[in-house]
Amino acid sequence: MDLKLIKNILTLISDSDVDEVAIEEGDFKIKVKKTGTVEQVTYSQPMPHPQQAAAVAAPSQPPAPSTGDSDQATSGESSAKGETVKSPIVGTYYGAPSPDSDPFIAVGSKISKGDTLCIVEAMKIMNEIEAEFSGTIEDILIEDGQAVEFDQPLFIISKG
Amino acid sequence: MFKKILIANRGEIALRIIRTCKEMGIKTVAVYSTADADSLHVKFADEAVCIGPPASKESYLKIQSILAAAEITNAEAIHPGYGFLSENAEFSKICAEHDIKFIGPSPHAISSMGDKAVAKATMIKNNVPVVPGSDGVVDTFEEAKTICSEIGYPVIIKASAGGGGRGMRVVEEESELKKNFEMCRQEASTAFNNPEVYIERFVQNPHHVEIQVLADQHGNVIHLGERDCSMQRRHQKVLEESPSPLMTPELRKRMGDASIHASKAVNYEGAGTVEYLVDDSENFYFMEMNTRIQVEHPVTEEVTGFDLIEEQIRVAAGAKIIEREIEITGHAIECRINAEDPEFNFRPSAGVITVFHPPGGHGVRLDTHAYSGYRIPSNYDSMIAKLIVSAPTREAAIKKMKRALEEFIIEGVKTTIPFQIQLMDDPNFISGKFSTKYLENNFKFNPEAVR
Repeated sequence: MDLKLIKNILTLISDSDVDEVAIEEGDFKIKVKKTGTVEQVTYSQPMPHPQQAAAVAAPSQPPAPSTGDSDQATSGESSAKGETVKSPIVGTYYGAPSPDSDPFIAVGSKISKGDTLCIVEAMKIMNEIEAEFSGTIEDILIEDGQAVEFDQPLFIISKG
Repeated sequence: MFKKILIANRGEIALRIIRTCKEMGIKTVAVYSTADADSLHVKFADEAVCIGPPASKESYLKIQSILAAAEITNAEAIHPGYGFLSENAEFSKICAEHDIKFIGPSPHAISSMGDKAVAKATMIKNNVPVVPGSDGVVDTFEEAKTICSEIGYPVIIKASAGGGGRGMRVVEEESELKKNFEMCRQEASTAFNNPEVYIERFVQNPHHVEIQVLADQHGNVIHLGERDCSMQRRHQKVLEESPSPLMTPELRKRMGDASIHASKAVNYEGAGTVEYLVDDSENFYFMEMNTRIQVEHPVTEEVTGFDLIEEQIRVAAGAKIIEREIEITGHAIECRINAEDPEFNFRPSAGVITVFHPPGGHGVRLDTHAYSGYRIPSNYDSMIAKLIVSAPTREAAIKKMKRALEEFIIEGVKTTIPFQIQLMDDPNFISGKFSTKYLENNFKFNPEAVR
């Protein structure tokens, strides 16, 4: 962990009008975000030793009440486990084609690009959400019948 | 009465609607694009649903997303605000089909008035005075030439599907007609997906005076007086006031009666505004009807005591209006504050508001969604606040507006506040003698004067 580099990045963002800086080089990834007077630092680097990401999170405004999980953390689209797939539409989430059927996927399922992952129902229309890439389901973040909004995280899928 | 209303809008009007809902004990649902996640209307609503990415087309204009949000939150009614889907007949229809009350008029009333050529024909049929012009849409240049020689130049060519001041061209003489006619059709096709145009006599030095109406579901309609919106820059309103400096009780009665008549002709429901051009001889001509709440509605609220959003909601829930004359008391002025730089031709000024100190005091009202630290998204219009003052006389209202503008501090972005201050000192504005052409032709912003 290069403390000097991190310190330089913090000074850089502090002195400028820039709000957010993300740097990626090989395995090294850092994202720094200025929120009011508190600077959030999220540092993620997949390393052999058990160092946790140091997330100094202090949202400067109280989070808006919302009907579902709205992702406030700056860890963004990628976590160590895989890509976060978010809902492209508003509606109600269903994990299976019908109440008596088996769910489309489960944790551990291998899926191919184009496979149906779930249904989001809106205005009586069952919209099938398809996988944009092939991989393995690492996590299901949502429950059957739950209301979802745009960009709401649904699954974490590891590529390949 | 509704238990929960979804507000299909953003910015200051969404906040305005939420405020009245709270006072009425009605739960509120805000919808927002990802660009508006930090917006005040999201914070103040009881529930909020993210409906799409920043682009309006993918969020605030996306009917299925709005309806889906209403479904998952069990909202009983939708208030569309102004702009966006508020005058979309299709949206009104789909709400009805899904058993959600659209707070506004029927699809029929919206389309009757939304198509400007149809609206005009409806007014003629109902003896509401209109500007001399074509009998509906003009399809060919030959037709246009004939009509123009009948009604006399100068003329104005207008897009049938246009509105809000867009899609219009003035033609001073016949030699310029062909070029402008063709270009107007082209522009209309691009901007509104509909090349149809109609032609009217261009009224010289007109005042833009509009009448606020309120109609219930039982055929009762009242009017709440007029607003003078003649101060315009590029057909966009900059300042509005009530009463109009050129109004007399007799003219108000004639215009009010015509407006009520027009509303009844389309079985109107809800709040609406009938816009007229008024010339120097107290002749008034129907221009268009806006089938929604308007930006400048606070001006009417201040001189009548009505809460127009509350009236919209009550009427939508079935309440009856008693037909009567509404009293206008005192004088109110509204200045629109945009994030634009008046020194550089009002170019938009984006960015973060670093300091926001609002004015206050007796007779001062501020409708805004802005706050210190707010980042103005670049995806939507540039209006950040409406400053409204009310006083016993017009003279006192002007003094109060100037005082309030001078204590209104916004830093981090450029605003039109200095321009509005200068307007308050302008002798032609003060005398009340100005037309819709005034700002463009006779007023020059002088940055030194307000430094």
